[in-house]
Amino acid sequence: MLYREAGQFKTNYTSDQAVFPILQDRIGIFIILAIAFVVIPRTGNDFILNAVMIPFLIFALASIGLNLLTGYTGQLSLGTGAFMGVGAYACYKLTTIFPDVNIIIWIIASGFFSAATGVVFGLPAVRIKGFYLAIATLAAQFFLEWCFTRIPWIYNYNVSAAIEVPQRELFGIIVTGPRATAETRYYIVLAIVVAMTWIASNIVHGRIGRTWMAVRDMDIAAELMGIRLLPTKLLAFAVSSFYCGVSGAMMVFLWYGGAESTVFNINQSFTILFMIIIGGLGSLLGSFLGAALIYILPIILRFVPPEFGIPLHAATVEHITFMLVGALIVLFLIAEPAGLARLWQIGKQKLRVWPFPY
Amino acid sequence: MRAPGGPDVAVGDVLLAVENVSLSFGGVKAVSDVSFDIRKGEIRAIIGPNGAGKTSMLNVINGFYQPQQGRITFKGEAHSKMRPHEAAIGGIARTFQNVALFRGMTALDNIMAGRTLKMHSNFFWQMLRYGPAMREEVEHRQRVEEIIDFLKIQEIRRVPVGRLPYGLQKRVELGRALAMEPELLLLDEPMAGMNLEEKEDMSRFVLDANDYYGTTIALIEHDMGVVMDLSDRVVVLDHGIKIADGAPAEVKSNQAVIDAYLGVAH
Amino acid sequence: MGPLYQIFIDPFVQMGTAPDLFVQTLWEGMVGGMLYALIALGFVLIFKASGVFNFAQGIMVVFAALTLVGLYNVGVPAFLALGLTIAVMFGLAFAVERVVLRPLVNQPDIILFMATFGLTYFLIGAGEFVFGGDPKVMITEQLYLPKGAVTYKVLGGIISVQKLDVAAAVIASVMVAGLAVFFSKTRIGRALRAVADSHAAALSVGISLEQIWVTVWFAAGLVALVTGIFWGARSDVSFALDVIALKALPVLILGGLTSIPGAIVGGLIIGIGEKMWEFYWGPLIGGGTDAWFAYVIALVFLLFKPQGLFGEKIIERV
Repeated sequence: MLYREAGQFKTNYTSDQAVFPILQDRIGIFIILAIAFVVIPRTGNDFILNAVMIPFLIFALASIGLNLLTGYTGQLSLGTGAFMGVGAYACYKLTTIFPDVNIIIWIIASGFFSAATGVVFGLPAVRIKGFYLAIATLAAQFFLEWCFTRIPWIYNYNVSAAIEVPQRELFGIIVTGPRATAETRYYIVLAIVVAMTWIASNIVHGRIGRTWMAVRDMDIAAELMGIRLLPTKLLAFAVSSFYCGVSGAMMVFLWYGGAESTVFNINQSFTILFMIIIGGLGSLLGSFLGAALIYILPIILRFVPPEFGIPLHAATVEHITFMLVGALIVLFLIAEPAGLARLWQIGKQKLRVWPFPY
Repeated sequence: MRAPGGPDVAVGDVLLAVENVSLSFGGVKAVSDVSFDIRKGEIRAIIGPNGAGKTSMLNVINGFYQPQQGRITFKGEAHSKMRPHEAAIGGIARTFQNVALFRGMTALDNIMAGRTLKMHSNFFWQMLRYGPAMREEVEHRQRVEEIIDFLKIQEIRRVPVGRLPYGLQKRVELGRALAMEPELLLLDEPMAGMNLEEKEDMSRFVLDANDYYGTTIALIEHDMGVVMDLSDRVVVLDHGIKIADGAPAEVKSNQAVIDAYLGVAH
Repeated sequence: MGPLYQIFIDPFVQMGTAPDLFVQTLWEGMVGGMLYALIALGFVLIFKASGVFNFAQGIMVVFAALTLVGLYNVGVPAFLALGLTIAVMFGLAFAVERVVLRPLVNQPDIILFMATFGLTYFLIGAGEFVFGGDPKVMITEQLYLPKGAVTYKVLGGIISVQKLDVAAAVIASVMVAGLAVFFSKTRIGRALRAVADSHAAALSVGISLEQIWVTVWFAAGLVALVTGIFWGARSDVSFALDVIALKALPVLILGGLTSIPGAIVGGLIIGIGEKMWEFYWGPLIGGGTDAWFAYVIALVFLLFKPQGLFGEKIIERV
């Protein structure tokens, strides 16, 4: 009875084209944002913010990035980790060369460096498709990873090739570096992620989103509509890498506080890919759901079994995580290839007709 | 698009001319030295037994295949190599034998995709979904709704096309092609797989598109009844060669055409 | 010496003035390349028979090695362990086909490909869970594989060749030759080629797909085991995703996905290429270039000759 559109008539196309035309959905989004901005910082402790919420949001942003490229445009990429790394190292260089500029500006600007890299490594997409493109993106992944450790200028000639985040302030509040509080960092990450999600949503609901999906579904027919494949694919690579780059910069500056290049390796690429497969390819909500599931799973495994008296080694937790994630991937691809997002939609459908079964 | 109640379109000058086109794949000659023209405002049928090269011919006109010989003259301009993008900008739209809809999208989005060439708002406004971007969405949505009304597919607007029955998918595909406001519409077996009722509906839509929108139509079709009823002129291909060209009644009684269909060796 | 000289002239000068080093590097490259080729071979076999690109094939190699060592470490005699391992690999291939590949048979290829990623991660987790994550030592002595090196004084210098590597080269060559003969001359081999072309057509002439798949899994399992033994003997047995599973991909691009000789040639080219590149040009740019050389070569091939050196040309029909 709760979730019904009855009585909600749209009298013009503008309101019909809205992203959330149903009132209950709009209320739902409002509630979620209220929880995120108000409730969680008040009630959560540092651990919840540092180990759960901040990384969840960062991974969700990277997932959105990859989803735009792979889920919406159909270009399979295994270079996500490297593109995140480009953002992180770009931000590092920018802020060490220009320490007086607002760090938020540099975090966003680093996205442009990632985007440029994405466009360069996306050029092969003009000729290569599907699983062959995935292999081509491996060249990007391994080459860029190599750059992160073998080009000393990138890590300011640090002996260990690792980078440490310098302290930066915003309006007098410390936002990066070891003395920045979890709450401060959380608000910044939340604000950036919410804003960029809103932008991503606008893009995919409009002409560009349709163009991307057309290229994904049937590029031959898309060409017929006058859609030019190369600019469309390159735009997808650019926007996607931008999102991954910002995510990477936030990962280093607002979460870890430092990095070695192994953070942005092939495993990171696979992790994000698994997040969007399970969450739902071609769905922004799915990006969030997938990031939540895959990121929270090992945390649950680490803390829940001991409550029941089954202690698990850290290594065992990792092994079991791999097994569970792998199994979930196979399971979802067999049973529900559209992922958690589709399950959510089905749930809403049932809610629409509740208490009737159909 | 024409205002409703406009006059029947008078058949006019040559809109597209195929001149001595030959196309081969590897060793196989799909089309050999074929020439014919399509006049503005007419409905031109391209028929022939299976494997005659009809779809290949459409693909050449579209720009998917580049012929080894010959050229296409469209709106007075000769192209020895047409690209799909150029064809689209020039005003050629097309439907496919095996329904090439975008399966991940709803019927409405598929048809809106047909409006892509006419939408120009830049990336900045797209990011905000405001101002020029939103105005464009609404304006083109209105146009698309006219097509949806025309094709009577209002109820299935928001249904993902993968879930639609075959007949409705073909209609959506036609809608998507019409959304491009094409001057020349290429239909590849639009009635394939349909029952009598669906064929009658589709025939009505094809005729109305020609009358109401003034669109020139070239269609490949196997159903002789449809061809006779709908088309102004017919061109017949067999084994890649043109064997007849003229009004439906002429072509129907042409011995070479009858032989080709009966499989008489020649 | 200017940079142009350093890039275009000097490496060749080095090759000429120290030919023993050149041959040594060449040999090391060949051995590495041969192992890549064997991994790629497993992929090609499965792909030819079922049309599925099973990304997890690389992990099968590790799994085979782990099982062998694991069985031996709990007391099973070496050669019995060998036989049991083949049985386990066979069972694993069977399980993978039933549980993962068969339910996805009508899905687009890219979905299947991604499912094999998931499978790979599952096997990594399961393998580490069952056998423990620490590196293990391959039981080379117990299998009567030779140890130690032989040095030759040649070309004005010294070349050192591991006897194990020679044994690996010999056994691998015999295996490949055997497979090549099997597939071109025997009835089952011909049937496999028919199946690779078209399942439906093969079925209609009475070829039993089950029989083909059984044969292929056995062959792929055997290849995985041999590869696992030699690879594990050269470096410890542990999961290193990038090296094992992923390096085979550029090899397949070079050689073509459906060609057995292609896998060999591709493997050798990649193996020799990356060693040479790293040894002679690597120092100019900081070293460690073997991490990406193979993939960049694959990228070049994908842009200009996507079917590889031996594969079939891909024509897209509308």
